Amino acid sequence: MIEIEALTKDYLALTVVDHVSLTVADGEIAVVVGTSGSGKTTLLRMINRLIEPTSGSVRIDGEDTRALPAFELRRRIGYAIQGHGLFPHRTVGQNIATVPSLLGWDRARIDRRVDELLELFQLPPGEFRDRMPSELSGGQQQRVGVARALAAEPKLLLMDEPFGALDPIIRAKAQSDLLAIQKRFGTTIVLVTHDMEEAIHLGDRIAVMDKGQLLQYAPPAEIIARPATPFVAELIGTGERPFRLLSLTRVRELVEPGPAQGAPISPDATLRDAYAEMLWTGRDILPVVDATGASLGRIRRDDIAHRAERPQ
Amino acid sequence: MTTVETASPRLPLAVDKLGVLIAAVAAVAAFMPFAAFRANRIVLGEAKGIFAALPGWEATLLVLVLLAGMAIAITKVPTLWRLATSLVVVALLFVAVGQAGTYLTPPGDRIARVSPGGGFWLLVFAFALLAADAITRLKLKPWRRIAVLAAVAAFFAILLASGTLNDLSILREYFNRGETFWREAQTHLELALGSLVAATVAGIPIGILCYRSDALRAPVLNVLNAIQTIPSIALFGLLIAPLAWVAANVPGAALLGVAGVGAAPAMVALFAYSLLPVVANTVVGLQGVPPAADDAARGMGMTDWQRLVQVQFPLAFPVILTGIRIVLVQNIGLATIAALIGGGGFGVFVFQGVTQTAMDLVLLGAVPTVALAFAAAVVLDAAVELVSPREIPRD
Ligand SMILES: Nc1ncnc2c1ncn2[C@@H]1O[C@H](COP(=O)(O)OP(=O)(O)OP(=O)(O)O)[C@@H](O)[C@H]1O
Ligand SMILES: [Mg+2]
Repeated sequence: MIEIEALTKDYLALTVVDHVSLTVADGEIAVVVGTSGSGKTTLLRMINRLIEPTSGSVRIDGEDTRALPAFELRRRIGYAIQGHGLFPHRTVGQNIATVPSLLGWDRARIDRRVDELLELFQLPPGEFRDRMPSELSGGQQQRVGVARALAAEPKLLLMDEPFGALDPIIRAKAQSDLLAIQKRFGTTIVLVTHDMEEAIHLGDRIAVMDKGQLLQYAPPAEIIARPATPFVAELIGTGERPFRLLSLTRVRELVEPGPAQGAPISPDATLRDAYAEMLWTGRDILPVVDATGASLGRIRRDDIAHRAERPQ
Repeated sequence: MTTVETASPRLPLAVDKLGVLIAAVAAVAAFMPFAAFRANRIVLGEAKGIFAALPGWEATLLVLVLLAGMAIAITKVPTLWRLATSLVVVALLFVAVGQAGTYLTPPGDRIARVSPGGGFWLLVFAFALLAADAITRLKLKPWRRIAVLAAVAAFFAILLASGTLNDLSILREYFNRGETFWREAQTHLELALGSLVAATVAGIPIGILCYRSDALRAPVLNVLNAIQTIPSIALFGLLIAPLAWVAANVPGAALLGVAGVGAAPAMVALFAYSLLPVVANTVVGLQGVPPAADDAARGMGMTDWQRLVQVQFPLAFPVILTGIRIVLVQNIGLATIAALIGGGGFGVFVFQGVTQTAMDLVLLGAVPTVALAFAAAVVLDAAVELVSPREIPRD
């Protein structure tokens, strides 16, 4: 658990982060969104003391981060920097091994961990372990950056726009990989982005920042339904609101028994996907069939539309 | 389906532009004196063309080889051929000039001198240029370049050991002072390498400090820059007085070899010149470390020292090594001047030769210096390339 209390950073007269308080529970993903220059990176870097706060405090599992030397603190916290920041003179394997080596793990354990992570990110170890970062595509570099941050099995992971440079397809893939890994290890994650879509997709809670202040910190549904300020509403995009709401719910939750015609939809698709399919194929009802081919029933357009209304 | 005519007129012999220039230089050089004969070491020489300097059939053979070399230089043949041809021509030129020495020296005459003429040097220059151009075009890998250098060095070692060149004036001078030559060679290397090691050991930490401290950087680099602008002879001279004072007044200093003249001021001067390239390249190298890599190193919990040793220094190293290369080549050359203040080295022969107007003696000092500097440049260039990060593959 991370408890951030009245955290503030001043650069001379300029207050870049202004009394921000928020708590991230164990195993949750908190996504920080905001316009460029709103103080997201500064907030993130104060958590692992890459930037020393002017005032306020950060506690991790109840312990003040100032209680131990900064470098030891940082070895416990995974950090995926804005842009991948791989060491150009070290191989992919050596890059990933950085923190385990600093922690003094033995060779065999490090090698096992490197290969395990490469598998996890679908980079076959035999092919990728000994490559230099310059011999990877941008997307592969970014995945190695995230793998490196996860290497020492940190309970807490800080990520600064980790998927910024990726094309939409690889980005979606990287996001679902991250969610899978996060579920598997129960990692607590603080992730910075300025993409609202990404925030809603990944976040258990979203922190909206503007000019150094935390405007709202709430689960996605609530941020969409009840934006705390006009700025938050604007960031969500008024025209996008119903669709963003739909993208929070899976088809599985609205399945009802009954027959339906045409191409089926997966129960794991979002309501937004289902709605788009209906509009595109001119149907009001879609059959729901899971990956094994078993029919679960159907989903109706009216039910979806109802879900897109402003919650009370 | 349409067939495309591929009958675009193809030149039977495409012409290489640099090759034409080289062939022209070689053609002119072939008419210049190939060797010079002097009755003794200081009188003016008689110029001898190729046909006067060599027996008839050898001269004819040499001319034929030169013509073939020029023909290959001009035409667009595969680059490997150009390299092989140019190396063979240069090798034959050296053998031929050795032969000229034997041919022109009257039997049993120990005073007469035969030295390579301007034509010979120009021919060597032309074909060496051809070889260098071919090596550049082949984009040889670092280890291959070192192998070529080793082969060339081995060739000259064999040539010298075989006695082929023994009748040339420069070797006559060598045989007159064999022991001195090797002693001065050792001194020369000690001066060049010793000052390099000292400058590296001192310069890298100074560079690191300058990189870290904005306040220090400008003043230190300015001072080192200023030292660099002092003419070398002046700097050697300027050091005589203070070091003589140190030797006379600091107990023990004289015992350690500190003196106003000799190797000590030479070493100090070379060290002073060497600092700027090492310090400046260390600063530039560290400044070139990608900020993201540096930041990631901090973010993952490296201490300042670990960050310096594991990330900053390795990434800056190719640039630092470039500075060391500059220093080594520069010092091998500059060390000749040490002789002026009694520091020894190959300069001894150069300055003796100048005062005695004995060009052969000058060459005895100058040729090994140039060869050493050249070899150092090739080896360190290869080393820089070897430690530089691999290029992003392009296809
Ligand atoms: N060292 C510094 N000195 C002075 N001002 C700084 C410093 N670092 C950051 N700032 C300012 O603090 C503000 C917040 O910066 P920060 O990097 O946290 O923004 P961000 O929200 O991460 O933006 P982006 O989305 O562009 O990454 C900016 O206005 C920036 O100019
Ligand atoms: Mg940022």
